[in-house]
Amino acid sequence: MSILIKNGRLIDPANNIDDHLDLLLKDGLVAAVGKNLSVDADETIDADGKLVTPGLIDLHVHLRDPGQEYKEDIASGTAAAVAGGFTSVACMPNTQPVNDNLAVTKYILSRSEEVGRCRVFPVASITRGLKGENLTEMGELKQGGAVAFSDDGRPVENGEVMRRALEYARPFGAPIISHAEDLSLVGKGVMNDGFVATELGLKGIPWVAEDAMVARDVMLAEYTGGHMHIAHISTRGAVEIVRRAKERGVRVTCEATPHHFTLTEEAVRGYDTNAKMNPPLRTEADLEAVRRGLADGTIDAIATDHAPHHRDEKNVEFNIAMNGIVGLETALPLALALVRDGLVELNRMVALLTSGPAAVLGLEVGSLAAGRPADVTLIDPDCEWTLAADQLVSKSKNTPFGGWTLQGAAITTVVGGKIAWQRAGQQ
Amino acid sequence: MSFGHKHILGIEHLSREDIFQILDTAAGFKEINTRAIKKVPTLRGRTIINLFFEASTRTRTSFEIAGKRLSADTVNISASSSSVVKGETLEDTARNIEAMHPDIIVMRHGASGAPHYLAERLNCAIVNAGDGAHEHPSQALLDLFTIREKKGSLEGLKVAIVGDIAHSRVARSNLYALTRVGAEVRLAGPGTMVPPGIEKLGAEVHHDINDAIRDADVVMMLRIQLERQGKTLLPSLREFSRFYGLNQDNLKLARPDALVMHPGPMNRGVEIASSVADGPQNVILDQVENGVAVRMALLYLVAGGEAAEES
Ligand SMILES: [Zn+2]
Ligand SMILES: [Zn+2]
Repeated sequence: MSILIKNGRLIDPANNIDDHLDLLLKDGLVAAVGKNLSVDADETIDADGKLVTPGLIDLHVHLRDPGQEYKEDIASGTAAAVAGGFTSVACMPNTQPVNDNLAVTKYILSRSEEVGRCRVFPVASITRGLKGENLTEMGELKQGGAVAFSDDGRPVENGEVMRRALEYARPFGAPIISHAEDLSLVGKGVMNDGFVATELGLKGIPWVAEDAMVARDVMLAEYTGGHMHIAHISTRGAVEIVRRAKERGVRVTCEATPHHFTLTEEAVRGYDTNAKMNPPLRTEADLEAVRRGLADGTIDAIATDHAPHHRDEKNVEFNIAMNGIVGLETALPLALALVRDGLVELNRMVALLTSGPAAVLGLEVGSLAAGRPADVTLIDPDCEWTLAADQLVSKSKNTPFGGWTLQGAAITTVVGGKIAWQRAGQQ
Repeated sequence: MSFGHKHILGIEHLSREDIFQILDTAAGFKEINTRAIKKVPTLRGRTIINLFFEASTRTRTSFEIAGKRLSADTVNISASSSSVVKGETLEDTARNIEAMHPDIIVMRHGASGAPHYLAERLNCAIVNAGDGAHEHPSQALLDLFTIREKKGSLEGLKVAIVGDIAHSRVARSNLYALTRVGAEVRLAGPGTMVPPGIEKLGAEVHHDINDAIRDADVVMMLRIQLERQGKTLLPSLREFSRFYGLNQDNLKLARPDALVMHPGPMNRGVEIASSVADGPQNVILDQVENGVAVRMALLYLVAGGEAAEES
C-alpha cells in the first residue's frame, strides 16, 4: 500500500523543511521526500495549493473512556481527532477508573487499536486515584505504554509528592504534566478574578493561583532535574516564569490551548457556560503573553485540552456548570488565525502542532523523515467554513465557537499510511 | 409611554429614562397603599409566581403584597437553591413552571445569572429579585425612590455605600442606578470586600469609612453576612464594627440631614449601631414601605403597562 502526495507545500519543522516537495508513503512509513517523485503509487493525491505537514499531535485530550462514555469514548474522540487533522492524541488519566494502573493503560491502547482511527498515547496518573498521596507504578506504566504522568484536573498539592514524582519519573524518561493551580487561592472561583467577575457577581480565580503553582513546579524541576511540563498555561506571569526557567536551562516545557490564545474573560458575559473552563479565560494581557510565548518558543505545543461534557452538564447555572470545552475540531483553524494575523510564523505554528508536542512526550511521530510513521495532515489554509456545534464529530457539543466563521481546515488525515479521514467534498 | 423591557434582570440594562419611568409609576401606586381598600384591578387575571430558591421573607412578602394589591394571582414557590441536591435542574423547574402559564416570574436565586438563564428559555416576564452576588434591581429602585422622596432629587447627591461590596448584589445594583441618575457614589469596605475594578463602574473607592461618609447626603450600610465570618474575609465582627460600622460619631461627618439606609435585615451593633438604626436620620422603614410601591410598578410595567387604562 503506497500513497504519493504531490505538489503540496511540505512543512516539516522537525527536519527544517519548507518547500514544494512530493511525499511518498509506503507500508505505513515515510518512504521518500523529494522534488517531482515519479513512482507508481497505489494512490496519488494532488496537494496543489495545500499544506502537507506531519500528522498533528494533541498532547492533552480527555477521551472520557473508560467510565464516562456518555460524554465521549475512544471511538468518537479519535474520530473527532482525525476530523480536526490530528493523527496522535495523548489522553489524560482522569477516567473512571483512573488510569493509575496497567490494566487501564492496556485497555486504552487495545481499544484504540481496535477502533483504529488515530494513535492514542495514554498519560497515566502521578498518584493513585488522583489523590495526591502515593505515586503510581511509573516504571511498569511507562513500559506498558504510558508516555507521561499527570493528575490533570487537579494539582498535586503536596510539594514533597511532586518532588518525588519528578525524581522517580526521570530515569524512565517520562515528563510530569502539571495542572498548576493553588487550590487555596482558587477557592470557589468560577471565572478569572477581575472586573468582569466583579460585574457579573461571579467568584473569581486570581492569576496568582496559577503563577504560584507554576513557580513551585518549575523550581522543583530545577531542583530535581526532572522534566516538568506545564499544562494549559494561561497567565502572563506563568509564561514569564517558564521563559526565565528555560533561559537558565531548567527542563521545563509547556502547552497553551486555542481558547486561551483566542478568547478572553469577556466571553463569559451572558453567563455562557461554554466559556467556563479551568484555567479560566483570562485578560487581553494574558492572551497577548500566551501568543508571544507561542511565537518565541517559550511555549512548546498547542494542546486542545479537549474536554467533552454532556449538554446537561453545561445547561445549568454558571457556577455549577462543568469546566471545559471540546477542541479537537477547532484547534487548527484557530492556530491558522494566529498566522494570518501575523502573530506566529506558519512554520512555527506547524511545529507547535507536530514536532513540539512530539518532543515533549518523546514520540517518534511528528516528523516526515524517511522511515518515520506515515502520519500526514493535508491542510487547506484558506477555506472558509462556519462551525455548527451540532455537526461536531465529537459526542459532546460544548464549544464557544459555534456559529463562528473559521478559516482553514484539515482536508485529508493519513494515519500509518492509511487515509483516516477526508473532509466532505474532497477526495 | 410603554416600557421598553420584557424583563427586569438588572439595573445594568436600564437607562436613566427607564429608571425615572419606574420611579414615577411607583409614585402613582404609593397612594394605593394608604387607602382603606388597598387594591386595584390592574393585573386581574394575571398569574405571578414568586420563585424563591433562597429564603427571603422580606423581599418575597413585598413582591407578594405588590402583586395582590394589583389583583394578580400570586403563588409562592420555594425551592432549594442547589438543583443538584434537589435532583431537578433549573431547566426542569423552569419548564414545569412554564407549563402553568404564569405571566411573570419573580425570581430569587443564589447563583449569579440564574434569572438570565430563565429569561432565555421561558416566554413569560422575569423579574430578578436577587441573583447571587450580581444584582438586586428592585432593592436599588426602592432605595432611589426613597432618596428622591426625601431629598427631592437625585442629581448631584453624594451617596456612601459601606460594607461588603464584593458579595453584595445591593451594592452593584445601587451603583449602576445611582450613577445613571447623576448621583456621586463612594464605596467603602475592607480590602477583602472591595472587588477588583469596581471603580470602573463609576465609583470612588475608599477603605476608610470616614472618607466615604464625609459630607454624604446618604449613607447606605450593607448587611454583613455573618456566615461568611471566619472565612478569611474579616478578622472579627468586632474589628469590622470598629473600622467600618456606622455610629453616632462617624455619622457626624455626613451632612446633618443625611439619610441612613439599610437593605435589612440589620446586624445591630455590627454594621450599624442601634442608636443610629433607631435615630432620626434613618429611613429604613420608609425603604420597606416604598418597596411595595416600586414592586407594583415593576410588575405593572413588565406586564405590559396597558391594563391600567383598560380598567
Ligand atoms: Zn488541567
Ligand atoms: Zn485537561
